[in-house]
Amino acid sequence: MLPPIFGVLFDGIAYGMLLFVLSVGLSVTLGLMNFVNLAHCAFAMLGGYTTVVLMQDLHWPFFATLPAAFFIAALASIVVERTLYRRLYRASDLDQVLLTIGLAFISVAIAAWFFTTQQQPVDMPAYLRGSYQFFGLNIGVYRLFLVAVGVAVTAMLIMTVEHTRFGAQVRAAVDNQRMARGLGIDVDRTFAVTFALGSGLAGLGGALAIEIVGLDPSFAFTYLVYVLIVVSVGGLGSILGSFAAACLIGISDVAGKYYLPELGAFLIYLVMVAVLMWKPAGLFGRR
Amino acid sequence: MATAPTTPQAYLQSLSRWRPIEIAFWLVTLVPFWLFPNYLSLANQIAVAALFALSLDLILGYAGIVSLGHAAFFGVGAYTAGIFSKFVWGEVFTGLIVAALMAALFGYVSSFIVARFRHLTLIMITLGLGLLLHSAANSAHWLTGGSDGFQGISVWKVAGLFKFDLYGKVAYAYSLCTLFVVFLCARRLINSPFGLALRGIRDNWVRMPAIGADSPSHIRKVYTISAAMAGIAGALIAQTTQTVSLDALSFERSADVVVMLVLGGAGRLYGGLVGATIFLIARDQFSGIAPQYWYFWIGILLVTVVMLLPNGILGGLSKLVGRWSRK
Repeated sequence: MLPPIFGVLFDGIAYGMLLFVLSVGLSVTLGLMNFVNLAHCAFAMLGGYTTVVLMQDLHWPFFATLPAAFFIAALASIVVERTLYRRLYRASDLDQVLLTIGLAFISVAIAAWFFTTQQQPVDMPAYLRGSYQFFGLNIGVYRLFLVAVGVAVTAMLIMTVEHTRFGAQVRAAVDNQRMARGLGIDVDRTFAVTFALGSGLAGLGGALAIEIVGLDPSFAFTYLVYVLIVVSVGGLGSILGSFAAACLIGISDVAGKYYLPELGAFLIYLVMVAVLMWKPAGLFGRR
Repeated sequence: MATAPTTPQAYLQSLSRWRPIEIAFWLVTLVPFWLFPNYLSLANQIAVAALFALSLDLILGYAGIVSLGHAAFFGVGAYTAGIFSKFVWGEVFTGLIVAALMAALFGYVSSFIVARFRHLTLIMITLGLGLLLHSAANSAHWLTGGSDGFQGISVWKVAGLFKFDLYGKVAYAYSLCTLFVVFLCARRLINSPFGLALRGIRDNWVRMPAIGADSPSHIRKVYTISAAMAGIAGALIAQTTQTVSLDALSFERSADVVVMLVLGGAGRLYGGLVGATIFLIARDQFSGIAPQYWYFWIGILLVTVVMLLPNGILGGLSKLVGRWSRK
């Protein structure tokens, strides 16, 4: 028999993987362009609703809806990036915060208009339900699946960033944008592609999150806070940083709710403020 | 434009001279007593929100500190005033002062954290501190009533003469007077060398120390003052409505006040006042039609302001007036 702390750790890591998929895109785009995108979770919400519509109305299997959630969110982000965001790359933090908070507000109202403020139900396929018994621990199948997705996404991202030409361009632009431009890298294009990929991942995260945390129009703000915490604790532009921070926050959150339920979400805010006091640029941040 | 003032003193004096439009503005604030007697409780909310937006203007508009957790001080003020009047005594002016001092204390302590950071880390730190306080108040059910709200505030008559009535007449008069007094202090502060130093920090945080103005210590001062003002705003809402709910500390309140300020025009003394007025009247009107879609219009408004009116409504107006007077 294993003590319950392993169960807490496992659930925390599974939750952390979800936060990682939701937040890694924001981390990279923030590191690239210093663009404060508070509408990031609106794209996650779009992915979530895509899955809901495809499953409920068109009866797609759950796995088929995941790529769809990714592509719809990525597509929407390209449209928004081309029409609005690109004009504000050199604007102040405040302008970026305002524009993107405005977009998040709009997305919440639109979601409420089409889907009402109710939680959206989804029927997970049978093979993702239930749980295994493992030395007295209850291991949820869906949580196991989340860990697998998280690890796969991390591996894919690291492969892309470390071993492809595009990844080299992204790394160069994060390290020194002016130098990268001087070497002939089209940073704007790199950014647009990264932004679409990041928002797509957020959409995937939104689809995966329905089973764990539910989906209603307030998603765009509730999870924005978590995502921002992960990004700033991990350090801008760092994939490994986001991964570590997501695990840390996921475990803190689950452990806090398990051992100190009366404190609520207090613990993760405390963790964030403490980490930022100690390392203002985040755990793996360089600036 | 008059001729450019020659000495620094003359320049600051020329800034602090009262213009006719300012006097007209304050006269208009008296109009609701006669024209809209049924809307006085809304007018009271506007006065409180205007004071809260003014306090944010000091740090955001003048010192360039983007805060997404300013409701922390509003909430501290509101709960302090509520607890003070329930357990100590119900005199309102001492309540205001105690609330301001308590919020200032919180502001002073957190200013040591805030003054160290810029950009995203700063936004996250203010957001985190605000959320921390929100969940702390939620947990401390024995003191704050948690999500049920804080009940049982009993305040005495204002100055021993005027009882808070159902129509909000006394409430509005009381809030308006407080707003005006605090506004005078803020106006004096902004038109002082200290106010100029703040604008310098906003425009270039690195160079100010080079000319002898230490940025972090200025930021600590203004952050504390701004927190005290936000605390007064919170205390006003607690005293005039006689309840405090948890949303006094919420993220929505922090976001709303940023929206109000930016809508009116950050970095202008009247920006927060005008923004709060337009925001709350619009919310009152729109939410009558469809409350759940109110945020759609706020969103549209924000996108429009950022894209078309970078300096808020007052900035756009003054540009228009400038163009018109040049012709």
